[in-house]
Parts: sequence; C-alpha cells; structure tokens
Amino acid sequence: MTKLWINMGPQHPMTHGLWNLKILVDGETIVDAEPVLGYLHRGVEKLCERRTYNQIIPLADRLCYVSSLCFAHAYCLTVEEMMDLEIPERAKYLRVIALEMQRLTSHMTWLMAIGPDVGLITLLLYCLREREYFLDLLQLQTGARMNQNYPRIGGVAQDIPPNFEHKVNKIFEKFKVRVKDYHKVTNESSAFLKRMQGVGTLSVEDAIAYGVTGPNLRGSGAKRDMREHDPYEVYDELDWEIQVRDEGDSLARFHVRMGEMLESCKIIRQALKKMPDGPINVKAPLRPEGQSFRRTEDSRGEVSYYVVGNGGESPYRLKVRSPIFCTMNVLPKLLRGVNIADVLAIMGSIDVCIGETDK
Amino acid sequence: MSGLFDLAGWSQEISAFVSGILAWIADLLGGWIPWFYDVANWFRSDAVIEFWGFVIAVMIMLVFAVINLLVVLWMERKLYGRLQDRRGVMVPHPWKKIHKGTGFLQNLADGIKLVMKESITPRNADKSMFHAAPAIIFISSVMAYAAIPLSTTFVLADLELGLIFIVAMFALSPLAVLIAGWASGNKYTLIGGMRGAAQMLAYEIPLLLCIAGVAIMAGSLNPMEVVAAQQRTSVLGIENWYFIPQFIGFVVFMVAILAELEKLPFDIPEAESELVEGWLTEITDIRFGLIFMSKWMKGWAAAALVVLLFFGGWSGPFFPQEVWFMIKTYIVFAFFVWIAWILPRIRIDQILKIGWYELVPLSFATILIAVALKFLSHFGMGWF
Amino acid sequence: MNEEEVTEQLKRDFPEGISDFSFPRRGMLRFSADRDRLKDICIRLKDIGFEQISLISALDWREHFECVYHITSYSFGIVAEVHTKIPLDDPKVDSVTPVWPGANFHEREAYDMMGIVFEGHPDLRRILLPDDFTFYPLRKNFREGE
Repeated sequence: MTKLWINMGPQHPMTHGLWNLKILVDGETIVDAEPVLGYLHRGVEKLCERRTYNQIIPLADRLCYVSSLCFAHAYCLTVEEMMDLEIPERAKYLRVIALEMQRLTSHMTWLMAIGPDVGLITLLLYCLREREYFLDLLQLQTGARMNQNYPRIGGVAQDIPPNFEHKVNKIFEKFKVRVKDYHKVTNESSAFLKRMQGVGTLSVEDAIAYGVTGPNLRGSGAKRDMREHDPYEVYDELDWEIQVRDEGDSLARFHVRMGEMLESCKIIRQALKKMPDGPINVKAPLRPEGQSFRRTEDSRGEVSYYVVGNGGESPYRLKVRSPIFCTMNVLPKLLRGVNIADVLAIMGSIDVCIGETDK
Repeated sequence: MSGLFDLAGWSQEISAFVSGILAWIADLLGGWIPWFYDVANWFRSDAVIEFWGFVIAVMIMLVFAVINLLVVLWMERKLYGRLQDRRGVMVPHPWKKIHKGTGFLQNLADGIKLVMKESITPRNADKSMFHAAPAIIFISSVMAYAAIPLSTTFVLADLELGLIFIVAMFALSPLAVLIAGWASGNKYTLIGGMRGAAQMLAYEIPLLLCIAGVAIMAGSLNPMEVVAAQQRTSVLGIENWYFIPQFIGFVVFMVAILAELEKLPFDIPEAESELVEGWLTEITDIRFGLIFMSKWMKGWAAAALVVLLFFGGWSGPFFPQEVWFMIKTYIVFAFFVWIAWILPRIRIDQILKIGWYELVPLSFATILIAVALKFLSHFGMGWF
Repeated sequence: MNEEEVTEQLKRDFPEGISDFSFPRRGMLRFSADRDRLKDICIRLKDIGFEQISLISALDWREHFECVYHITSYSFGIVAEVHTKIPLDDPKVDSVTPVWPGANFHEREAYDMMGIVFEGHPDLRRILLPDDFTFYPLRKNFREGE
C-alpha cells in the first residue's frame, strides 16, 4: 500500500494550539512523524532584551496561556538569584499557593482537553465546570483569571483576602467529590482504558535522554520533581508526595496528573495553615549583573530560565527552557508504529501547550 | 388497542375526494367542451385514485419523518445537555424573551443556516460522485421509513421482506460513505471512507444474523408478523417480547446498530479529532445538512427496528398503538444518546476485533438459541 | 558524587581544554570548555552520570559567540553549566545530539536564532522561523525591519 504524508495541523482538532504534526501513514499505522513548530513564535527572547527587568514579568506570563503564573514565577526566581535577593517568608508561601492553584487549573485544562481527544466531550464540560472554581480562587488571590502578572521581583503583587482559607476549603471539599465522577467516566470505563492502556509507552532511559520532564517523565517511572530535587520557595517545608507510575503509557501519565491535582490541594491547605504574617515584598535593585540559572516545576515539566545581566536596565540575554518544546523531540520515537487514533491518546496525555513551545 | 391512523385507507379516501371534486369540475366544463367528459372519467378511474392515494400516503410519511426528525434532534440535544450538566438548546435568536420550549426552533434555524451556506466543490474532487453521495445517503435513510410500521394500520409499504428492506437501506449508506471519501480528493476523507467500509463489513453480518434469529422465532421477515408473534402470550402469561428469549441477540443487535449508525463509540469514519470530520470534511452547505438529517433519521429508524424486533412493537395497554410505538422508540433512542455521550471513541482495530471476534460468534449463538426454542416448541415445551 | 568530586574527575580526565571552575550555588557547577574538546567532555560527563541535557543557550558577546550547556544529573542532583567560546567568523561547534538525543531541538533552535552551526547534527534546519528566513534574529547586530 502507498504511504501517505498527512498533516495534522496547523488547523486541526488534534493540535490544541497552532502546530503541525506531519505523519507518514501506511494504512492506519504511522511509519514516521515530524512535529513542525513555530506558527506561534513571538520572539519573546528578543523582546526581553529591550525591556526592563520588571517589564518582562507580564511578557513571561504570556509564554504559556494555561499556566502563565509558573513562567512568570520562574523568571522572578531566576532574577532574584542573580540579584542575591532573599524574599520574605510570607511572599514565598503566597507564591506556593498561587503556583499550586495554577497547576490545578492547568491540569483541569489538560483533563478537559483529553476528553474530546478520545471522543468524550462530556468530560470537557465537567472539567470546565470545576476549573471555574479554581479560577475564581486564583482571581481572588491575584486579581485575574489568566495572565495574572502576580509574582514580582522581590515578592508578590498582593496579599490574599481575609476569608480566603474558608473558601479554599469549601471548594476543595466539593472537588474531592467531583474527582470521583471523573474517575467514573475515565479510568473506570473499559472503553477509555482500551484507548489509553499500553499506548505510547516511553521507557525511563529514553524519557531522560530525550529531555522529557515533569508528569510525562514521572509517568515513565522516574521519581523526579524539581520541587523536591532542586527545592525553591518553601516546598521542602511542606509534606507532599511525588506521583510516580511505572508503566510509561498514556494511562500512567493520566494517573500521575490526576494524583498531582489532589497533591496540589494538600499543598495549598498546608501552606495556608503554615503561612506566617509579615511583609510580602522587598525592594529589588534595578541594574543587576551576573548570570543565573534556576529550575522550577511547571505543570508540564521543567521550566528553567538562564538570565545574563550586564548591569543594564534590561537583561543581556534571556533564555527560556520550555518543557513541551523538549518533549516534542521524542514524538517521532513515540509515534512510530502506533495507530492514527493513538496519536490523540498520546498527545492528549502529553499535554501540549504551544504558547511556551514556540516562545 | 388498534391503530389510530389508517394510512392507506385515509389517503385513498383523500385521493377519492379530491379526484371527485376534479371530476365534478371536469363534468361542468364538459358541457362546453365535450372531451372534458373523458377527463372526468379518467379522474374517476380506480388506477388514478389509487396512484394519487399512494402519493398522498408517501407525503404523509415524509412529513411525519421530518417532524419526527426535529423532535429526535431536539431530544438528543436536550438529553446530552442535561448529561453534561447544562440546559441544552434553549433560545433561538428571534424570540429572545421566551425561554421554555423555544429551543425546538433551533433545529429549524440550523437548517436555514445550512441552506444559506456557500456550496464548495474541491478542485480535485470527482464531481459527479461527490454530489451523488449525500443524495444516496439521504434517499436511503428516507426509504427505510417506507417499510417501518408504526401500527397495524399506519404503514406505507407492508412488505413481505420488510426487515431485509430496512437493513438493506441501512447498508447502502456505507457505500455512499466510501464514495464520498474517495471522491472528495482529500486524505482525511479517504481514510474516513475506508474506515466506513471496514466497519460496514464487520457489523453488517452480526446485524443480519440477529435479525435471522428473530425471524426464525417469528417465522417471518415481515415486521407486522414479527410483532404479532411477540403479542402471543408465553408460558409465563405475559407477552413474549423477544428481548427475553433472545437476550444475547438483543445485546449484539444494539452494539451492531450503534456501529451502523456511526454513533459515538463507533463514529470512527468521521472521528472529528483524528480526521477533522472524516469523510464529511469537504462536504458543505445543505449537502452536509442532508447527511446530518439522515443521520438522525436513521437513528430513529434504528430505534424503531429495535422496538419492532425485541420490544413487541406497538403492543401495550390503554394507549393507541402509535403512541406506544413512539414512546418505546424514544426510550430506545434516549438509550442511544446516553451511550454515545458517556463513552469515548474506540479505535478502528478494536472495533473490527469486537465485530469479528465477539459479535459474529455471539450472533451465531443467537441463531442456535432461536432454533432450539423453535424445536422445543414443537413438543409443546418451548417458550411459546 | 558531589560537585567537587565531579570537578576532580574532570580535571584528571582532561588536563587541558577545561578551566574556570566555580560553584555558584549548591548543586551547581560552572566551567569553561574549549570548542575542540567539548564533545569529548560531554561524552565523559554522560559516562559519569549526567543523563539529561536541560538547555543549550547561544549568546552573542559581540567579540565572540558563546554556547552554554546546562546538563543535569538526576542521580547526583547537580547541574553542570558548560561555557564554550565560539569565534564570530567561524561559528561552528561539535553537536552533542549523538550524546544526548534531547539536544536535537535545542541545537536547531540555537542555529535558527544565532546561526551557530552544529557539526554532526543529523538534521540541522530552522525550527521556529520559516525555512526561507535569511537572518539570525538573536544576534546583537540584527536590526528589526532591515
């Protein structure tokens, strides 16, 4: 049979964003695959060289439209390291709360997107319903639903409102019940398992060699989490568990993310209890010099910034490591030999965000 | 209870009445121009009355089919809206202030929108085939309605092989899927069309074998006779609806008919997240609308087939036959909707595996059961 | 192994071509490597236990280019930051994609943005910008609109 090159993208229901996955199919089997990126390239790194350090925070927000706070926070963390700046304890806790809330909304977006991928639109509407709760909480804390511009170099923008903890507890109780509903329509249904189990298996060695990080790596059985291995803010003072699965298939990645959502709830509750009073901001120098590299754990993987400052108002060079850009690298290997329909199950479980990938 | 509507009789009467009026007018005119008497005689002849009576019956059935389509569409939208914790279609544009029940008009609005869309034919499409495919699909699904009886009297064509005719009409549409997929000149549609053909092969056989099982028990392939056979009381003193003795056949039939309808767990020929819209990708305007309509028309026809074969057709107490039949078909259709919106789409190889490895052997088992029951009934110890 | 032990090991294996060791913070190791020895050093690093390449950044210092490799060892919890100077008139360096397949996209991006040619890369094409683009936008002498 003749082989066909098929474009899945740039305008395709599979893509979740604007990219193109070229697949070479032989009948229904994929022989080769190649991701084509760059449709959403905005030149963030070049733009950063013309902006002052504070002006970059909202720009970093826009790198990823689903977990924008994580990117802004990683930037602030890196620049603070370059400035040798120690931020107040309360600001650290506030950052952790906002980050975990962002992780929850991001994972809800992923769960929502995996539904239509495998033909389960009901899941999308269920998740949109609950995602709204977390966005409300995030809005209470930061003032915005997306592109929050919340972290600052030297602290955070604002404190939480007085009855925040009560609202958080109420919503988390509701969420714990709803998670059971998700399990009912997903991994307790054999049709869903048929689609996800044993599909897109990635071994630990391959995952590490190809630069896969985050939940996708943990789904392959490596117990790696930057919150634990390169602790930042106050993650080392809180009690939580890394979610790991050994199977390495789509279902394993699904379970890792489902588990992480509940862990995030745990972290937020603890952080709210432990949070001390005090200032939330310190003054930061305007023209830092030096270079720094910090790694943080985004909802999709490792987000790192490499910032070089030469004493000017804006960084001399800023380099972003976006997790999905690196994960795209493994796609040809992952997709070779699977069915066309499996592309959806695999890409859905990887959780693609093109905003960060194309920078 | 007997049927409310006597379709053939009424349409004959309407036809006779209209012909009578026309003949009377022709007679009047015959006073001036003699050959009008011949026209009047022609109007009075049995053949003309019968022919126009049949055309009127077809018209009534068609109007029923379209109204029923709107109801079924509205039902599906409302039902899955509720399944997804929202209200479903509610407010069409012109009547913004009225909320209750106005969502029904959304279907009409959609139809009008589709008529007004631009008609696009791809440059490298095989034009005649590309335009023929939607017509084949629509015609075949409307034709299935001809053989579906709603009651002992409300039936357009009381065919001896009615069940075979309905299934044959169902079997035509995958052919059109293949034609549309090939003729669009697009890779997505091609793959969708091939999937449609593969799926048809895998699911047509268990479907027919299940019908054969029922036909063996009823001793006929006429839907009327099948229902009549189910109305005979069994040893338990209740009506002998075939979903009890033929339970395996019923389950297999439900699965196979869902695949035949390309409803969601089996909608791989158009799998919108993989193949954009599958074989429908290039089809626009009202041709898309026709396919869309025929999908739900077939949905109801399939529910009707399930009711005829396994749920005793129109039999039931108190209400007229048509009411019972509609209630049962809507319940079965609601079941289809429920299945479709809570299950994810299954992969093509898994679908074919289910079809060939599970459904075909099981449907052979249903035939064995049917034969055994029939055999036992000869000695007076059977189900009947 | 910790940072000091890795340093000792590297100094023993490569008497020349490697310099400027420093420890910016805990779990981080920074050093410079010669362009010619880079690939050998990377192979050695991988043998020691640096499994993953996190980031390859290309910098334009006006007098010369610089490639910065961030290489992670999960087992030791160390990041090695390797600086390599590349002259302006000959922007070439050995590719590390054969060592870590994960370097593939990073190197393509560096080529795309800074015009550094990675020799031995299996498929060095532009990745984010269009194929017919003729500029390297992150170079400092690149002016928008020209």
